[in-house]
Amino acid sequence: MTLNRLTHLQALEAESIEVLREVAASFERPVMMYSIGKDSSVLLHLARKAFYPSKIPFPLLHVDTTFKFKEMIAFRDQTAEDYGFDLIRHTNADGVRDGINPFDHGSSRYTDIMKTQALRQALNAGRYDAAIGGARRDEEKSRAKERVFSHRNASHAWDPKNQRPELWRVFNTRLNPGESMRVFPISNWTELDVWTYIYAENIPIVPLYFAKPRPVVERSGTLIMVDDDRLPLAPGETPRLETVRFRTLGCYPLTGAIRSEAADLPSIIMEMQASRTSEREGRLIDSDSVGSMEKKKQEGYF
Amino acid sequence: MISDLATPDTDLDLWLAQQTDKSLLRFLTCGSVDDGKSTLIGRLLYDSQLILDDQLASLRKESHNRTVGEEGIDFSLLVDGLAAEREQGITIDVAYRFFSTDKRKFIVADTPGHEQYTRNMATGASNADLALLLVDARKGLLTQTRRHSFILSLVGVKHVVLVVNKIDLVGYDQAVFDRIEADYRAFAKDLGFQTLAAVPVSALRGDNIVEKSERMPWFAGSPLVPYLEAIEVAQDRTQGAFRFPVQWVNRPNLDFRGFSGTVAWGRLTVGDDVLVAASRKPAKIARIVTMDGDLDSAIAGQAVTLVLDREIDVSRGDVLAHPGSVPDYSNQFQARLIWMNDEPAFQGRSYLLKIGAQVMPATITDIKFRTNVNTLEQAAANKLDLNEVGTVTIATDRPLAFDAYTTNPLTGGFILIDRLSNATLGAGTIEFGLRRAQNLTYQSFDVDRQVRAKMKGQEAQIVWFTGLSGSGKSTIANLLEKRLTAEGRHCYILDGDNVRHGLNKDLGFTEAARVENIRRVAEVAKLMADAGLIVLVSFISPFENERRLAREIAGDIRFTEVYVDTPLEVAEARDPKGLYKRARAGEIKNFTGLDSPFERPGNPELVLHGGTHEPEALADELYGWLKI
Repeated sequence: MTLNRLTHLQALEAESIEVLREVAASFERPVMMYSIGKDSSVLLHLARKAFYPSKIPFPLLHVDTTFKFKEMIAFRDQTAEDYGFDLIRHTNADGVRDGINPFDHGSSRYTDIMKTQALRQALNAGRYDAAIGGARRDEEKSRAKERVFSHRNASHAWDPKNQRPELWRVFNTRLNPGESMRVFPISNWTELDVWTYIYAENIPIVPLYFAKPRPVVERSGTLIMVDDDRLPLAPGETPRLETVRFRTLGCYPLTGAIRSEAADLPSIIMEMQASRTSEREGRLIDSDSVGSMEKKKQEGYF
Repeated sequence: MISDLATPDTDLDLWLAQQTDKSLLRFLTCGSVDDGKSTLIGRLLYDSQLILDDQLASLRKESHNRTVGEEGIDFSLLVDGLAAEREQGITIDVAYRFFSTDKRKFIVADTPGHEQYTRNMATGASNADLALLLVDARKGLLTQTRRHSFILSLVGVKHVVLVVNKIDLVGYDQAVFDRIEADYRAFAKDLGFQTLAAVPVSALRGDNIVEKSERMPWFAGSPLVPYLEAIEVAQDRTQGAFRFPVQWVNRPNLDFRGFSGTVAWGRLTVGDDVLVAASRKPAKIARIVTMDGDLDSAIAGQAVTLVLDREIDVSRGDVLAHPGSVPDYSNQFQARLIWMNDEPAFQGRSYLLKIGAQVMPATITDIKFRTNVNTLEQAAANKLDLNEVGTVTIATDRPLAFDAYTTNPLTGGFILIDRLSNATLGAGTIEFGLRRAQNLTYQSFDVDRQVRAKMKGQEAQIVWFTGLSGSGKSTIANLLEKRLTAEGRHCYILDGDNVRHGLNKDLGFTEAARVENIRRVAEVAKLMADAGLIVLVSFISPFENERRLAREIAGDIRFTEVYVDTPLEVAEARDPKGLYKRARAGEIKNFTGLDSPFERPGNPELVLHGGTHEPEALADELYGWLKI
């Protein structure tokens, strides 16, 4: 069969592979962020393709806040075993020592310490000069502004008003000592592209994306899954089983479930097409204030 | 409505196939500040039902106290994603937005209008197929309209739609639209756009966006979205000359050595002959490897790993091509350059140049001219300031493989990087190589007489001594050679002794043989000068015609004719080899000055008077005259 034109997904895939290879060829100590979600699953799949038959030539880093869904952790460990990549797990030990949690300290302080600070610790400890992430430009307004190769100063901060020009596919990968690069290979993918790719390539994802009866409590209109007994229940509050699923995954106390019957990929794609809300609606940490993502990114968040 | 929602009763695979078959159009919006670029994109997203309920709710909240349309929304808030942008109501950097209709998928780059952020506009334009160039109907063409048009042309955007926005604010007046369109067509006629359409719209009110506006019955063209859905911009990249820039050497174990990269142009099939552009080393394609299995062929845009049939030296930055259509390979080229830094571009300054996967030091050797973005006129310049565009020549520390940007943007576009701060300073598009290398072998292409002579620290040249036997030619030439050699120059003397006994021993002393003698000596002198030497030729060369021939053979090599003018009596009195004596005795026939004439040079560069001065003084005089 003679191929004359790449499909939309084939073109996106090839672009992402090119970016991943450029990272491997240009940096001394790259690392790939692995958040276990669907975007990370796609990123991992692309990295396997980019370097085949070699193994992925850099480690994967998971910042474990200790409040991830149990199914995420199980999926992470199984995936690492199946594909044999080098997995680095990092938890902010100071935060654990101080008992930082989203209930007593608020979502924004918890996120800062257990995610942003933890990430900076891990990046400093590994002396990584490039960190690959699965962020997409269609997710959020400040992400829509970011370069594929996004420069960070020595304190991991993004200067959105002074980004390097990025022409064609010629990426400036050069850094001064202490500086680093955040690299986003799937910048130009949409949420729909991600799901259709997962479907077309049969990529394994965490089962939490599929609808199933799960124990939830409803707080201010958000369904929170009771994943373990650390979630404090208000007097009289009892978890009830509801058929729900998740559009995005993170820390279980901060991630809203949606009521859904979509138990397989075709149903999820259909459901998403009919949806009138964005995927980040379920993320409690992004909606604190207008521009909150930009602020977090300037502080070093992905 | 331009939505494409799947319904639950649609067959998913059929629907996915339709999605897959859709083509993708990447376009940008550009134009001057306040021409309504962000509002237009917001309108496109809103009309394609891509603004979701939670986003809409937060937009309505933020739109308070702003200019809003009938929907109660300030659409620009959808794309201005940075806090500073929302505060100042301007766009600083490119925002990328995604939408699709039944017919097409779109990626939009919303680029800033302020001159200060032109580099961000260039960033957005560099990956776009088409540009929406916005003009405020009340203001007409502005400097930024022209600047952006020129940059579109520079980075090779071939399709432009002139969007005359805010037409509602001039009462939907056709005369205003017609005048702006005519002005723009006149300005853009030399910018090389393949298609240019003009549409009058109101992004705020939705006129001529999705559907034809009833308020402008005079407009016969297509509304914006249907135009974007229909226009054919695809350039068939599979048809051109094959280019494969090697990005990463794939070596999982001793048994596998592959070259990973993306096919930049053309098509490749297993079994094809390829060449490494730099070394010209040949190989055949043994395998095209992907994780999904080996392929028989690969086309432009595919990311693959190539395995060759033999071990040749290939590394990151090398470009593979088919024999017969290899890229240019040179260390000098002419390019158009857009400067993106506050610190100007200067002639002679060293930068890092990146093109494809090749990175190397490079110098701007000449700024030929700067182009005025308003008038497109060219003016002399010795530097390029921020946002200025010029035509320059660039020399790299070692040769690189490239194509003209108009032939292949992926192997013809480069960036310049600051060697200290590592900032991206400028972007350029190669026009042509300054040394034609395609048809020559790698080893010989750029080593010429100048290069060889420069290695010796001298100018290659020929000094041709003419005069009677015994006039002192060889003595002076020897003294000059000693002096130059002592100074580290590389000289060689050609005279009767070392030529007549070898190269020319078959020649006698007839007139024809004398002519041939001089011709051969002149050719040898030329070869030696071509090797970078200073050649001192000491021959009687009595005939004006032969000396002229020698000068012609030398061509562009510096040629100094030195006439050692020594009277016959003096020469014959010296008679260092006893030749005059033998000639007078009749043992030698056709002896110059006796029974064969010496034609005095009509126009020698220098005359040395051998009868009245010592050879040392004459050698000094010649040395001073030559200024070697």
